[in-house]
Amino acid sequence: MPLSLMEGNEAIARGAVAAGCRFFAGYPITPATTIYNHMLNLLPPSGGIVVQGEDEIASIGFCLGASMAGMKVMTATSGPGISLYSENISFAVGSEIPIVIVDVQRLGPSTGSATRGADGDINFLRWGNSGGMPVIVLAPVDVKDCFSLTMHAFNLAEKFRCPVFIASNKEIAMTRESIDLNALEQPDLIDRSSPPAGKPYFPFQVAEGQQVPDFLPIGGRVLVRQTSSTHGQEGYITTDHEEISQMLNRLQNKLESAVDQFSFYDLLEAQGSETLIIAYGVTARAAKAVYREFNRHGTPISVLILKTLWPIPVNTIRKAVRKIKRVLVVEMNLGQYVREIERLVPDTDLDFYGQMNGRLITPTQIKERLAIG
Amino acid sequence: MDSLLNDQRPPVFCPGCSHEHITHSLDKALQKLSLAGNQVVIVSDIGCSGLFDTFFHTHALHGLHGRALTYATGLKMAQPDSTVVVTMGDGGQGIGGAHLLAACRRNLDITLLILNNFNFGMTGGQFSSTTPTTAEVGSGFLNQLERPLDICQVAQSAGAPYVDRCSAFHKDLVDKIQRAIKFEGFAVIDIWGICPGRYTKKNRLTAKRIDEALSQLPRQEGIVSENVRPEYSRQYRKIGRGQKSASPPLQIDITCEPVTPDRQEVVLLGSAGQRIITAGEILCLAGLSAGLYSTQKNEYNVTVLRGPSVSELILSPAEIDFTGIDEPTAVVALSQEGVERRKALFADLDTGTTVICIDGVQLPSTNARVNQIDLKSWGIKKNNWALASLAVLAKLNLIISQDMLKSALTVRFSGKSLEEALLLFDQIKI
Repeated sequence: MPLSLMEGNEAIARGAVAAGCRFFAGYPITPATTIYNHMLNLLPPSGGIVVQGEDEIASIGFCLGASMAGMKVMTATSGPGISLYSENISFAVGSEIPIVIVDVQRLGPSTGSATRGADGDINFLRWGNSGGMPVIVLAPVDVKDCFSLTMHAFNLAEKFRCPVFIASNKEIAMTRESIDLNALEQPDLIDRSSPPAGKPYFPFQVAEGQQVPDFLPIGGRVLVRQTSSTHGQEGYITTDHEEISQMLNRLQNKLESAVDQFSFYDLLEAQGSETLIIAYGVTARAAKAVYREFNRHGTPISVLILKTLWPIPVNTIRKAVRKIKRVLVVEMNLGQYVREIERLVPDTDLDFYGQMNGRLITPTQIKERLAIG
Repeated sequence: MDSLLNDQRPPVFCPGCSHEHITHSLDKALQKLSLAGNQVVIVSDIGCSGLFDTFFHTHALHGLHGRALTYATGLKMAQPDSTVVVTMGDGGQGIGGAHLLAACRRNLDITLLILNNFNFGMTGGQFSSTTPTTAEVGSGFLNQLERPLDICQVAQSAGAPYVDRCSAFHKDLVDKIQRAIKFEGFAVIDIWGICPGRYTKKNRLTAKRIDEALSQLPRQEGIVSENVRPEYSRQYRKIGRGQKSASPPLQIDITCEPVTPDRQEVVLLGSAGQRIITAGEILCLAGLSAGLYSTQKNEYNVTVLRGPSVSELILSPAEIDFTGIDEPTAVVALSQEGVERRKALFADLDTGTTVICIDGVQLPSTNARVNQIDLKSWGIKKNNWALASLAVLAKLNLIISQDMLKSALTVRFSGKSLEEALLLFDQIKI
């Protein structure tokens, strides 16, 4: 089993290429820059495209243009860049443009600390679009997740025609780790669906039994219209309330009703455990260490590691807490996702531990918190 | 060729709006170029210029305010055979100024028509980046305070190889659009027009007055000879294809025995410029050569060759969960500021930890075993101290063995750098 040494950002870049990404645009920002560096090494020699935007707004704009031309696209930034992406995230949501967006989170708010980690953007990623429509957010725990979840992210962006976020963290992105490349999970690739031949094409028409419109590229033989305005199936602005309502409900349902298909998680269950730690991202590693130690010493606790954060994997969470009396949510922020858990498990004793100081939450801190309960 | 106008969706501009002339002129230019609808992409901005794409039977992308050039850039890179025309107002030019400058510098084969009517028509006639200071507009006195810019001068100085200016009413407009589209590179036409819905309610502007004003300005010739150069996407493909292919990630064969069966943690405390991160990587590679899992967590400031640099390394026969370090087997103190950054660590250390301390670095009080090393006296330069400290560990058979280190150096370096690294290894006499 020869191992390789790789940082999370390189694994994201390699996962993207393995998923068929042919276009990357970005603007340098710590701690996301090395994704751009790796894409620049990987794509151009094989005819792929990498462009450095004049700012983050341009970078995501390039990606949306290239995606509408039929390419699988990715951009990567950190919190300050996500702020600038916001208007185009809304465009991608509302106009169903597939794109993978990596947020290598750093300590915020604002410029914050460029070289310190945090998971402070978790709710921002979900709610940072005008209109409040759902998005998909996947959170890697380690380098191998960076690779595999990026591949899944491309598949989901293609399948559901939506932005898919990778919520990484400086502490995964720029931490090098041993990885067995031969054992990586590599899902089969999914491409956006094409319309059946021989019928007139309407860019936002949704066929019976589908929730996502078929795709044809701008620049191809058949004319394609794309618009950021509220549109009907032909891609023209519409004022028809019925049509608007159907489209927006569909944008919500296509993701929220499908989350069980892409709820990625690890449930570390201990026999007889009445306590469950819920964590995601790099913090899940500290939770996992606590799980191993406790179970070695005969104190059973369970750990639910969520890798799909949005839409909320309601069934995954409800199932995991079924026999649980106490839930401890641990996050590298001052309490964001815990509010969603709270809503889902009203009858369970719910505790929270969070920290924002640029440091990892340690297994010791989690153990101390468990001891308080 | 037939008209590409969309007969289902005729223009909806205010009566007398110059945008209507431009719509028909663009259609005629596309016809003269014998372009079919599916060969053309119209990317429209926001405001009245944002309506343009709907009047044509072409591919269309209508995006956000000021960003039309960004979508056009991605489209053109991905579909280099498409004819991409961007319609944008003076408002879009203002909010998307950075994109205009970058597009001029980049020189992709895109045609930008700036429908310049000196105000924000759709939102109430507020002043834009081209509104004269003497105009009466929907934003009170504010336009008196900001000087309008000359789009052509800006585009030209930013490197656009094709810059033209014209009245929306001028009979040459069709030819000018045609020439701009035909030009292989970024082409801008600043088209002056009239906004009857807002601007001319309070300002006297007519086709004749536009002609008079234009005649006062230096004539634009279209091609800007000093800016003419190869088109971006063509150049991109030429140069990009020639780049060396990235090598696949190294897979490290297991060739060594680990020093101990236990998990080992090491903290390197140094400064930027001491190659702390490289040393950490080599220590991890040494671990991989003995079949150990390894992690390297780094901490440094945003400054590049200044400030502390800390690397936390774990080698373990079991999978590594938490990447932070509680009980290091070894701490290497390479610089004072590195030690300061983690000074709290030292009080908790006991005799189970070895501190390798480079002479001159002051340690806080600690119960750890301290091994003082004088790298200077061996003639080792400061930028090699971190690497040299790995040789110290290997020669003490602490964390890594000499075989593990040599294996890692051979993986990480080649040629002259490998020779230097191995020489450094021999210089350490313990």
